[in-house]
Amino acid sequence: MQRLGETAPSQDPNRGETAEPLLRVESLTVATKDRPLVSQFNLTMARGERIGLIGESGSGKSMTTTALMGLLPEGVSASGSIRLAGHDLDLVDAPDKRLRRIRGNDMTMVFQEPLTALNPLMKVGPQVAEIMLKHKTAASGSAAAARAVELLADVKLPDPAEAAKAYPHQLSGGQRQRVMLAMALANDPALLLCDEPTTALDVTVQRQVLDLILESVQRRGTGLLFITHDLSVVANICDRVLVMHHGEVVEEGSTEDVFSRPQHAYTRGLLAASDLDATDNDGRLFTVASAGGYIPPAPDQVLDEVPATALHLSGEPAGPKADPDTAETALAETALTEAPAAVSPAAASRAVVVTPEHAHDTDAAVIRVRDLVRTYQRQRTSLFGQRTEVQALRGISFDVATGQRFGVVGESGSGKSTLLRILAGLDQPTSGSVRVAGNEVAGAKESELAELRRQLQIVFQDPMGSLNPRMKVQDIVAEPLLAPGQKLDSARQRRLVAEMLGAVGLPADSADRFPHQFSGGQRQRISIARALICQPRVLVADEPVSALDVSVRAQVLNLLSDLVDEYQLTLVFVSHDLGVVRYICDNVVVMNRGQIVESGGTEQIYEAPRHEYTRTLVNSSMSLRAELAAREAAMSG
Amino acid sequence: MAIRLLINLARFAVTYVAATVLVFLFMRAIPGDPAQIALGVNATPELLAQTRAEFGTDRPLVVQYFDWALGLPFGDFGTSYVTRQDISPLVLDRVQVSLILVVLAMIVALLIAIPFGTLAAVKHRSAGGILVSGLSQLGVAVPNFLAGILLVVVFAVGLGWFPANGWTPPGQDFGDFASRVALPVLALASVQGAILTRYVRSAVMEVMSEDYLRTARAKGLGKMEALFKHGLRNASIPVLTVTSVQLAALIIGAVVIERVFVIPGLGSMLLDAVGNRDLLTVQSVVMVLVAITLIINLVVDVLYTILDPRIRKAS
Repeated sequence: MQRLGETAPSQDPNRGETAEPLLRVESLTVATKDRPLVSQFNLTMARGERIGLIGESGSGKSMTTTALMGLLPEGVSASGSIRLAGHDLDLVDAPDKRLRRIRGNDMTMVFQEPLTALNPLMKVGPQVAEIMLKHKTAASGSAAAARAVELLADVKLPDPAEAAKAYPHQLSGGQRQRVMLAMALANDPALLLCDEPTTALDVTVQRQVLDLILESVQRRGTGLLFITHDLSVVANICDRVLVMHHGEVVEEGSTEDVFSRPQHAYTRGLLAASDLDATDNDGRLFTVASAGGYIPPAPDQVLDEVPATALHLSGEPAGPKADPDTAETALAETALTEAPAAVSPAAASRAVVVTPEHAHDTDAAVIRVRDLVRTYQRQRTSLFGQRTEVQALRGISFDVATGQRFGVVGESGSGKSTLLRILAGLDQPTSGSVRVAGNEVAGAKESELAELRRQLQIVFQDPMGSLNPRMKVQDIVAEPLLAPGQKLDSARQRRLVAEMLGAVGLPADSADRFPHQFSGGQRQRISIARALICQPRVLVADEPVSALDVSVRAQVLNLLSDLVDEYQLTLVFVSHDLGVVRYICDNVVVMNRGQIVESGGTEQIYEAPRHEYTRTLVNSSMSLRAELAAREAAMSG
Repeated sequence: MAIRLLINLARFAVTYVAATVLVFLFMRAIPGDPAQIALGVNATPELLAQTRAEFGTDRPLVVQYFDWALGLPFGDFGTSYVTRQDISPLVLDRVQVSLILVVLAMIVALLIAIPFGTLAAVKHRSAGGILVSGLSQLGVAVPNFLAGILLVVVFAVGLGWFPANGWTPPGQDFGDFASRVALPVLALASVQGAILTRYVRSAVMEVMSEDYLRTARAKGLGKMEALFKHGLRNASIPVLTVTSVQLAALIIGAVVIERVFVIPGLGSMLLDAVGNRDLLTVQSVVMVLVAITLIINLVVDVLYTILDPRIRKAS
């Protein structure tokens, strides 16, 4: 399994030549009393090497790193051997007292969620200083504090001296993760473990933080073990990858080899499912099951392919077909309502996208949003001072035509969630008008929204949190039928629920089970069944796949796509993930700070973004092919 | 921070004034003329009128209200209709006794709860932790008067270490005060301590599963070191909430213990006044309790602000 000789060239090869490997893990097995979580894990890492550990939830990748740190939870034990250069002891059965000297000093870790990983009651400067004081790498408290500020400057925090005095909640997500990185690098460790460090971050921030991690470890010659489910991130940062599945490493090799010539069926499945640029003969995304027909990106092909797609699309701009109803607004918001119903030729050429037949009807707009403003009052900070206002939405207008697949893209704080809440009648606009299927949301009383609720249903992001754990699937799915005005006897209800469960691909006996008995993907299917049972015209999906594993993501996207066609739905798809939106939507609006900065056909926006922000967003978003191409280009160039 | 304090003070004032109005109106809504009650059924109309004038109950309600409410902040509660005595010195005496008793009991309870609750959380899988949890569960179930009686039986009657009842103000004879206050404080503290132990335990358990504690361990801190440096202050916030609620409840809740140990506290004064239909005394004692509760809330809010930077104004 060990292919140490093949280690891809790291930026400072001298480090890699040391005879003793930095980390040698042999037959590491992590288990609870009842079952193994990780079995026979082997890894040899040279100094300065960057290795990616890929796997989906439950694959054991986090358990492996926790075992390396010696921080396994109670009731979980490890066996095998872990050796770190410079320490003549086996970390697996070393006493905690000795491990404490290694943790934070020779081996450090950056965690996934930067907000909860920092102590909320302690300023970040002291939190960074603490790790130096603990290992006596700073002479005094003041020296540690001064060094902490330097480290914060190293991770490119603006105004590091001020940042050191801030509490974690006063920093943004990306800034917090920089603090975590500063902390982890404070004692110049030989090995840095990163557990999904950018998963919780926005697209544009993710790219910056990844660049920072890469640059930091390259400069210091730090060995990096990078845990993630996101293959494009690994392609960006790691030389070598290990693929874990059900607690075992199923494949190992250089990034290029594994990603372009996967040997194991699971790796191929994972690659196929995460590659949103590839579809099978029916225009559907590949899943683990259908991965047989998937052709992995070949490094030399990829190079030609990426600029090619950019070329053949940007040459054909979508023809603006101003529809009479939107003509007046088109004057005010030129970029916005331009060709809401037109599908770019490129998008139409993809088999997946079905051009809505009634998109050109005179009254085709099923959702009509005009000058939508939503401001929130922030609690006043002085007794007689003015309340500060947060402008979540600052005058948004757009139309969604019947049958359209309409994407709303934006990062956290862009106002996309507020927009969604208002569309669904869960929040009221401050001003402006929102009509959904003929129902005006602005100013409507709860009792007047019943019809809206029937016409518009939502699938939420968190498939666990959005299903009542005490209700059976039967009752969950049937609940929209209980809305006022719907009288159905229980036999008919049961039949409808069974029908819906069938439509979303769940077995009929699911009806009598509870949400916790399902996997994440299945739960999202339950959510979709619940949303569709009262036959709405509009389906709003709020980040429906961002909490799902890659292999499940493709299945749910395919399902959504099928159901939208089958039930002739209008889909509003809210997401931060440009790749997903690109696959499923034919029109898209890009939101930033409460405004729509750009709108139009999906391909047009992705291939020829006009607005500065859209460009940043598109450039920051990662796709497997683009990252592999960039890696290839960097190596040959 | 200063602004937050100002807002809290304003809230305090508004709540206080609203409470005076409510308490006053409730008391007047109780049927019965205080003069009639004081004189009995055979009183002549002249005597009644004279007594009403003496009590001031013949004046319009609004005048009566302001007469009473404006005196309150200066410790002037008026004269009792029943005992015809000035209420203020009595109430102030009783407040002192109750506050000493309750505050001491709460301090002892926290001294029990914080170490034992933390121990129960840290060792929640081992025998020691389970034992502490079990004992605290038992303690919650024991009413404090029973604890009081048991303590009297063992330490006063049996061993004769402490007097069984009575009260001496601390200024008068501190030694005697200490020996008399020990058993009632212990009776109150044992039950409160058990309740708080459970809250401390769950707060510490919660904190132990937090990511930042894992971060602290990853930095090289030991398990207990991480808990003490990063965990306890975080855990103190929910414990503070419970403590403040319990403290307010305890002032009235101590009434039974005051009875058991024959201590002249606020609770027993309130009970006596209710029994005697001494409206003005009831009204005044209730207002004192309201004021104490509001002050506790005010102090707790300031403590929150000190403990938790997220509550402070974000710059």
